[in-house]
Amino acid sequence: MKKELGIFILLLALCAVTTSINPRFVSQTNLTNMANLIGLFGVFSLGLGLVIITGGIDLSVGSMCALCGVVMSMALTEWNLAWPLAVLAVLIIPMALGWVHGALVTKMRMQPFIVTLCGLLLYRGVARFIANDDTKGFGGGEGFGVLRSIASGKLFGIPMPFVMLVIIGSILWVVLHRSVYGRYLLAVGRNEEAARFSGINTRRVITGSYVIAGLLTGVSGIMIAFYTNSVSPSNHANSYELYAIAAAVLGGCSLRGGEGSIIGIIIGTALLQVLQNLVNLLGIPSSLNFAVMGAVVLLGVMADQMLRRRALP
Amino acid sequence: MDAPILEMRGISKRFPGVVALDRVSLSIAPGEVLALCGENGAGKSTLMKILGGVYRPDEGELLVGGKPVTIENVNDSMALGIGFIHQELNVLDNLDIAANIFLGREPLIAPFQWIDRKKIHADTEPLLKRLGLNIPSTTLLRNLSIAQQQMVEIAKALSQNARIIIMDEPTSSLTLTETDCLLDLIAGLRAEGVSIIYISHRLGEVSRCADRVEVLRDGKNAGGLSRSEIHHDHIVAKMVGREIKSQRVPSEAVKTPGFFKVRNARSSRYPDQCVSFDAARGEILGFAGLVGAGRSEIMKAMVGLDEQGHAEVQLGEKSLVIRHARDSIGNGIFLVPEDRRGEGLVTAMSVRENTTLPSLNSYSTSGIINKDRETAAAKEQIASLRIKTPGAEALVRNLSGGNQQKVAIGKWLAMGPKVLILDEPTRGIDVGAKAEIYKLIRTLANNGAVILIISSDMEEVLHLSDRIAVMHEGRITGVLDEADCNEQNVMQLAVGRPVPAAKPSFGS
Repeated sequence: MKKELGIFILLLALCAVTTSINPRFVSQTNLTNMANLIGLFGVFSLGLGLVIITGGIDLSVGSMCALCGVVMSMALTEWNLAWPLAVLAVLIIPMALGWVHGALVTKMRMQPFIVTLCGLLLYRGVARFIANDDTKGFGGGEGFGVLRSIASGKLFGIPMPFVMLVIIGSILWVVLHRSVYGRYLLAVGRNEEAARFSGINTRRVITGSYVIAGLLTGVSGIMIAFYTNSVSPSNHANSYELYAIAAAVLGGCSLRGGEGSIIGIIIGTALLQVLQNLVNLLGIPSSLNFAVMGAVVLLGVMADQMLRRRALP
Repeated sequence: MDAPILEMRGISKRFPGVVALDRVSLSIAPGEVLALCGENGAGKSTLMKILGGVYRPDEGELLVGGKPVTIENVNDSMALGIGFIHQELNVLDNLDIAANIFLGREPLIAPFQWIDRKKIHADTEPLLKRLGLNIPSTTLLRNLSIAQQQMVEIAKALSQNARIIIMDEPTSSLTLTETDCLLDLIAGLRAEGVSIIYISHRLGEVSRCADRVEVLRDGKNAGGLSRSEIHHDHIVAKMVGREIKSQRVPSEAVKTPGFFKVRNARSSRYPDQCVSFDAARGEILGFAGLVGAGRSEIMKAMVGLDEQGHAEVQLGEKSLVIRHARDSIGNGIFLVPEDRRGEGLVTAMSVRENTTLPSLNSYSTSGIINKDRETAAAKEQIASLRIKTPGAEALVRNLSGGNQQKVAIGKWLAMGPKVLILDEPTRGIDVGAKAEIYKLIRTLANNGAVILIISSDMEEVLHLSDRIAVMHEGRITGVLDEADCNEQNVMQLAVGRPVPAAKPSFGS
């Protein structure tokens, strides 16, 4: 809890500094825009966070997002599927891929890094191949207005991705911090052997986390596709997995597994988005965007290590 | 007596809220074997960590060879000729013996700073000979037994010209024969003038090898015993400050023979051997044998923790199909593994979370955990097992070994064990906690559980068991009834020799 509080204070401080330099930070347009981005990035970061809590990693998130975007666009505009069917497909595909990742990790005892690195390459390639490397969009397409408003509309002025993040975050908070499955996730992440000796089906627990990560990647894949409104398969959602890992680590997840919280991951995502926003608003050259992010993540983790060392006897 | 090579005078060490050491003094002469005894938490480890450079004392002086010294880190300690053999060995099992011995101080060849392999092997061989270890120095550590790996650590200390070697529970993973070898080796080192500080809970070994015993209690010196005074009861009396009654608790159970039947159990360790045995309800069946006899492996195969393992298990009238640990757990067969921290407990979790982990579903409604019920269950175990912990939310890793073990056992008790398998239940646990755990085990048996105990501690097996099954190289060489349970018979069977009194492993 202390950890989340620390990073939350950092977030508030950043917001305050940015506002004092450029009051446009708190304008409604800017806040709405940022909420939208936090939602888009937060949803898949939560999924990846769960994988990280088991001690694994999922590098395939960005490519999977691109694949989802391509399939979504083609299903609606070229194959003329009804939108609920298209959505179903775009949720089932990444879940199935997540299941495959989980099976390879738990049954074949392969390292998650390798498995999902191959996924990263594979799904990007498949996305480019089925799209013939053409940029896909939704055009003036009809018949899926409902989906468009669910994925990129607003509810009481709040962007839908943010609403989705709140809903999904609440559900996952209960799952991770209150449910049997969540306890198993933490136990497996901390000591897989002891969990197995306690009769926990560790394979199912771990595979489950990859499937959930797949599902959430699908959900944000749809939202991101409608947000960008065009999907260029070669660079759509490129390296998004790294944002998610950074957010999870900032939010208190340990890459060794067994540690992390939903609120932490959400605050971590928010912090990264505020940083990008800050780079824009403060007139820092946008080429420094990544450098700023890298530096802040590094400093954040460093501060945490130092505090932790002091806390030990 | 010679002038002491090492003296610690009035050493105190305080941690937040605890005085770990209160003006403790200790001295050791060249070529002396000093046994350091005391219950867990008495301050032995802290005192030794000060010698090893892990902690710095708040007050007091250290003298080596009569000169005051300060030890700020491990290197200082080594430079003063202090070698440390930890209970958990610090070896790299992917490197060979010579590489381990010279780790961090490899002789190099100019100009490219290559390791001088010839030299390290040439230097290692005589060391191994001196220790009576007949193995080439090119052997990978992973191919050695625990006892041999420990020898390598001793060789490492000797290669650094250690004049004082601290051994922390050196025999806790050794078999009886290996223990004998180690004690002989200690006698040899003593004859060469090496001083040894020997920390052990096994008082039999202490009385065999020590010239002098120093006892710590609650962070203070509780008195010393000279060679002629060393006696099991004297040591225990000083350790606990009171006399402990015999640990033997007689069985009061009404036994149901043949209640638990295991047939053709095979482990991946000994795929060509199979094990069959019967155990009665209310019985404590001990499993003795040398380390590596395959006792733990058979138990793991039996409860579904060995994927290549197999066993036919019958409990009461019911034949069980066990493929995963959850199958045996579902049938009330629980294993408390030897490796508490690696397999028995999630030490980064709280006492509450560990207590409820195997039966979490019974503390939850539609998948959501009821924390109040968990806390109540944890508190119940804390009270009934007298677990010393600040509370149910304390992390298990902050408890002492004995209390961790109580949590590791306690997590199964709420689930009503029908068969409880305890693998080395008192390893590294102090005398007081041992007695409590023995009593608990006997109570469980009296209440109708089948108890299987694996122990390499001869005293423990003899004290606890109603019958003893002895294993040798993957099979049961004989089962001893209570009247025939003695050290002689167990040892004979453990090395694979027949004993007339021994019975076959299950009745006709």
